[in-house]
Amino acid sequence: MNVWSRRLRRFAIGLLGPVVAIGFALALSAVILKISGHDPWQAFRAMYDYGKTRASIISMLNRSIPYYITGLAVAIGFKMNLFNIGVEGQYRLAAVIAAWAGAAVKFPAPIHVLFIIAVAAAVGASLGGITAILKVTRNVHEVITSIMLNTISTGLAAYLLAAHFAQKNKPGDLIIKTKEIPESGWFPSLNGLLSRIGIELPIGSNLQGFIVVAVLLGVAYYFLVWRTRFGYDLRASGINPFAAEASGVDPNRMVVTTLLLSGGVAGLAGLSQVLGFFHRYTIDFPTGLGFTGIGIALLGRNHPVGIAFGSLLFAFLERSAQVLDLEGVPKEIVVIMQGVMILSIVIAYEVVHRLVEIQERKAVVEATHEAPPGMEVAAA
Amino acid sequence: MTLVARPPRAGGRTGSSTDEIEEVQSRGVRARLLRYTLLALVVVAILATTREITGADELTRSGTFGAALRLAVPIGLTGMGAIYCERAGVVNIGLEGMMIFGTWFGGWAGWQYGAWWGIGLGILGGAAGGLLHALATVTFGVNHIVSGVAINILAPGVARYLSVISFSPGSGGGASQSPPIRNVIGRVNLPFVAGGDLFGWRSPDMFGWLERKRWFMLSDVGGLLRGITGEISWAAILAIALVPLSFWFLWRTSFGLRLRSAGENPAAAESLGVSVYLVKYVGTVISGAFAGFAGAFLVTEFAGIYQEGQTGGRGFIGLATLIFGNWRPVGVAAGAALFGFADALQLRNDASVHAMLLAVAMGVGLLAAVAVFRRNLGMALATSIIAAGFLVWFLMSDTVPRQFVFFTPHLTTLLVLGLSRRRLRMPTADGLVYRKGEAT
Repeated sequence: MNVWSRRLRRFAIGLLGPVVAIGFALALSAVILKISGHDPWQAFRAMYDYGKTRASIISMLNRSIPYYITGLAVAIGFKMNLFNIGVEGQYRLAAVIAAWAGAAVKFPAPIHVLFIIAVAAAVGASLGGITAILKVTRNVHEVITSIMLNTISTGLAAYLLAAHFAQKNKPGDLIIKTKEIPESGWFPSLNGLLSRIGIELPIGSNLQGFIVVAVLLGVAYYFLVWRTRFGYDLRASGINPFAAEASGVDPNRMVVTTLLLSGGVAGLAGLSQVLGFFHRYTIDFPTGLGFTGIGIALLGRNHPVGIAFGSLLFAFLERSAQVLDLEGVPKEIVVIMQGVMILSIVIAYEVVHRLVEIQERKAVVEATHEAPPGMEVAAA
Repeated sequence: MTLVARPPRAGGRTGSSTDEIEEVQSRGVRARLLRYTLLALVVVAILATTREITGADELTRSGTFGAALRLAVPIGLTGMGAIYCERAGVVNIGLEGMMIFGTWFGGWAGWQYGAWWGIGLGILGGAAGGLLHALATVTFGVNHIVSGVAINILAPGVARYLSVISFSPGSGGGASQSPPIRNVIGRVNLPFVAGGDLFGWRSPDMFGWLERKRWFMLSDVGGLLRGITGEISWAAILAIALVPLSFWFLWRTSFGLRLRSAGENPAAAESLGVSVYLVKYVGTVISGAFAGFAGAFLVTEFAGIYQEGQTGGRGFIGLATLIFGNWRPVGVAAGAALFGFADALQLRNDASVHAMLLAVAMGVGLLAAVAVFRRNLGMALATSIIAAGFLVWFLMSDTVPRQFVFFTPHLTTLLVLGLSRRRLRMPTADGLVYRKGEAT
């Protein structure tokens, strides 16, 4: 087998897992819909028809940005067998502090945006840093620390917003929110660019410019993990920490760096909303992105392209679910679909992995049987 | 993989007769119980002193302790359930999701048939979640944490979908809550200690009398005991009975030994004829059942309905008590009591929460004194700084923000894990995927 056909084979096997899982999730949701007296075919059809409209595609792209970023943040940790469950708390605390800091200063446009991004990354990274320090100095498992930090940072974010960051509202305005960020701190939308290349957007649709940052993060992630010395050490530590340590990788330093990076990226997850939509932090801010990000990283096998597909899929499901209420189908079926997808994807990967293992073993046995006697001696 | 057998806990007395082993075992249990009793007395002493200084009488009222008990039950149940699966070697982050199943089925069955049915079906709902986790982790060998997270994502979706199709608009329920449950579970005052009825005769209320005397320390202990013996729900009594029962089951029966061996060294257990997959399944399903009970308890004892988000992260706090309590039942119960007390104070009044700052300062100060006595300078310095910080906070402020009280249990857990000198030891093979016949 030459290199290319082997690569193609590996790619096909890698694709088998997600296809099986998505198919299973669709089938199971169809059964659930059928049992509760709805027509699954009609529901899926309506979702597809609604999802392919131009407004839906723009909305899907916008929704996928925070998912993609949280997915990347989780994936960085996964690459070295570190489980950063703390993404949820990291992006929320980062968003509220960054929104407040952004409204408190005034810089020229690009610097203002960069400042807000830097603040958010710093807040996320420092939460990741706490997790790392407790892990390397006190041997506290990162999952425990990050679960606890999630609640602490959510509470802290609520406290900061209510007690210190909230603007004085006009009477009758009950929504608690930070002051609006000045226009120099907004991230421009891509509408102008789209209309220049001949795509006209429906009224009210805005393609958020932060998608460019998300794509750049994905590219940077790819280069960092697969094309640098650090990335090599990272993957090596994930596969076999003892071997990595023996070859001179300092495990503690790797843990600290990885969690700082993961937290820093997680801090950016809420910014597409802060910089491109709300221009402030409000109590309507989306929650639960961090946990969805874990699912998306799993779905995409920690690969930047896979994560992109995962986040687009989840965004598509959420957007197209909105039409289901009109069809008289509870749109909550989509949440079940997502949950089943995550669970069945991990099972499917595991099953595929075992099948490949068995096949490889067989191949080895056949190869050693067929080998001429001289080769066996050489191999031994 | 460790091939070397660990030395037995009680000083290397291998090969002794079973009687001797049992004696050593029960001595260890007695020592631990004594330590916990002492700890409880120190805590009450600190609380009593704080109450005298600040005048925050709510701190040691029976009402506060009663609420603390009710709030501790769901946390403790979840933590207790977690012992079953983690001792069998399965990490269960999905407890929160299983608890959500418990709340939904508890609310639905409570509305349809009554409160005890709610508890029963809540337990079954949680157990179903546990079964799913066991299927993924044991049969398919999926990473335990990944499967747990997936269950936590799945459960709210399932609950919401079920609500939409089961609670029609006319019933008083909807997508995010159930109609009220039919009845409540009975409550009882224990005889003699809390003035309960005994065959129609009204027994004296001893602890209540002690509490009303307002003697330093004694009345505080009275308040504590009156709080946990009076007006106590049968469901809570059942839950509390599960603590010694779990201890007996896991540490005194042969099935318990098999279960724990699967969490310590599954390959060795398998070679001795233990069906590791089976005990892992049993442990995980039981943990789900406990979490489901905890969820149903929230429905029947607090809200009277199922509400979306009712669990409020209690499954995760239950997991924290597991670590806090060093994977042991009494430790878990102590952790749950602590978190339940913090919750109860927050619900009852702000003054006592503020007074708790002083109590914490005293408690950590005591730790600092112990550290100085043991000549552990680093620890003494760290704890002194923390104690001083709390004292300054107490003196400089009048109230504690609500949001802070909300995450007190979580912060406490981090502080304990970061500061504790006690070595916490999780089961050796906890969280590792085990596949039959692949021992190395």
